[in-house]
Amino acid sequence: MTDKAVPSGPTRRALYEARIRRRSALIATLSTALVLAAIIILVPMAPGWEAVKKSFFNGPVLAKTFPGLLNAFLMDVAIFAWCAPLIAVLALVIALCRDVRAPALFPLRLFGALYTDIFRGLPVVLVIYLIGFGVPGLGLPRPWNSPYIWGSLALILIYSAYVAEVIRSGIESIHQSQRAASASLGMSDADTMRFVILPQALRNVVPSNMNLFIALQKDVALLSFIGPVEIFRQAGVYKSLMANFTPYVGAAVIFLALTIPATRYADYLMARQRRRRG
Amino acid sequence: MSFLSLRSVTKSFAENQVCKGIDLEVEKGQMVCLIGASGSGKSTLLRCINLLEPIDEGAILLEGTDIAEPGLDPRPVRERIGIVFQSYNLFPHMSAMENVMLAPRRVHRKTRAQLKAPVEALFARFGLAERMHHYPDQLSGGQQQRVAIIRALAMQPQIMLFDEITSALDPELVGEVLDVLRQLHAEGMTMILATHEMGFARELADKVCFLDAGRILEEGPPEQLFAAPQQERTRAFLSRIL
Ligand SMILES: Nc1ncnc2c1ncn2[C@@H]1O[C@H](COP(=O)(O)OP(=O)(O)OP(=O)(O)O)[C@@H](O)[C@H]1O
Ligand SMILES: [Mg+2]
Repeated sequence: MTDKAVPSGPTRRALYEARIRRRSALIATLSTALVLAAIIILVPMAPGWEAVKKSFFNGPVLAKTFPGLLNAFLMDVAIFAWCAPLIAVLALVIALCRDVRAPALFPLRLFGALYTDIFRGLPVVLVIYLIGFGVPGLGLPRPWNSPYIWGSLALILIYSAYVAEVIRSGIESIHQSQRAASASLGMSDADTMRFVILPQALRNVVPSNMNLFIALQKDVALLSFIGPVEIFRQAGVYKSLMANFTPYVGAAVIFLALTIPATRYADYLMARQRRRRG
Repeated sequence: MSFLSLRSVTKSFAENQVCKGIDLEVEKGQMVCLIGASGSGKSTLLRCINLLEPIDEGAILLEGTDIAEPGLDPRPVRERIGIVFQSYNLFPHMSAMENVMLAPRRVHRKTRAQLKAPVEALFARFGLAERMHHYPDQLSGGQQQRVAIIRALAMQPQIMLFDEITSALDPELVGEVLDVLRQLHAEGMTMILATHEMGFARELADKVCFLDAGRILEEGPPEQLFAAPQQERTRAFLSRIL
């Protein structure tokens, strides 16, 4: 071997790869620009465009309603914020119910299975209607007749069923040998679950659960059907007042501003996890 | 009365009988090696002794008491019998130190402060003082396996079971793990090893048992079993492996 000095500049390979990268970026930019130009030029040529623009993309209406929409969205966030922790706790309990092995506790297992089957099998709107109209129909005194309470309960019941299933799949993904190793040290089943299985399982299912919680944030809008004035309902009020659909577009933009970054982040976590396991 | 004795132990998985009446005597301080082809039932036998698998028939006497009695709580027994697996099975979300401390904390109700000194001493004894706070994925296979041994030892077992603990290791890492076994043997630990390391078995074992299709076909001191096997199948196995 000869002692060649390490070259100071980029290697031939690095130069080649940089050239390829530049060319790919150029092609991607060009094709995106072409598609965008086509949309910008072609869509306004449609016969109904002027009408659509006026009723869906109306600048003045948007400016007038946007602050109110944003304000109403805080209600969505608040409902999400009190539902999410309750969902997490209930889901964990249900998932653990489904894992118990003692025969005396079989009813718990059955309950866990029935619970997840029922609430994953129903449309969200249906449960919100049944609970949101049904329970206050019992003639409960204030504040117990509030649609906020019963609407939230509906969301909590449904979403904890999904989250419980995700947690259970996480528990099952932990290899049997971890349980064996823990048991071989004299650890009880409960301690094994708490200190060995759950910490690993919960970490593994963070990305999947993030996707569920993003879905929850969107489904909060369904509560508008039973009363709470959140963003979707508020947009509806503005639509009626101004005879214009732009507030709905405004609401959509507000949702996307939150959900796109969150979804991206969940995807990133998912990809990172795959790489780690890979 | 031996320290540990197995009396006609049988064990089946569905239709497949894996242990077909095993008798084995282990004296205090002895190192007993189980050898035999893949699938002959070595791992299953060790898992039965540690009660990770329930046996079908027979008895397992530890200091004279049958620990395999159906219905007995296996946990106090497992505290007395340590086992180390081929695939280490460390808890990946805990540092080496936490791996070792978990069971003493939960089972013996000791505090971290109480455990600190003895656990650090264990790490130091097996050359891992610098690696105590590393996570399993930051350790080499040989280091992970030594942590797994320390984890089992921290429960202060009376007997240790080792299931092919060097089989998953790169050849250059086998030595450091075998050194640990030498050390334990010298300190008087009673142990049973399932192993393919014939050189090691010949060097240190007090007794070698050749398992064949769920039976101990032949057993004896290593110099006898390796030099003058009585059974044709033992001879065939040894000639294949040596
Ligand atoms: N949990 C199980 N369920 C069903 N069959 C099993 C189980 N564990 C082991 N067996 C079967 O028992 C037999 C003995 O397996 P065992 O792992 O004890 O052999 P071994 O001697 O340790 O082999 P190796 O040298 O490959 O580790 C095999 O036929 C295996 O398929
Ligand atoms: Mg084996």
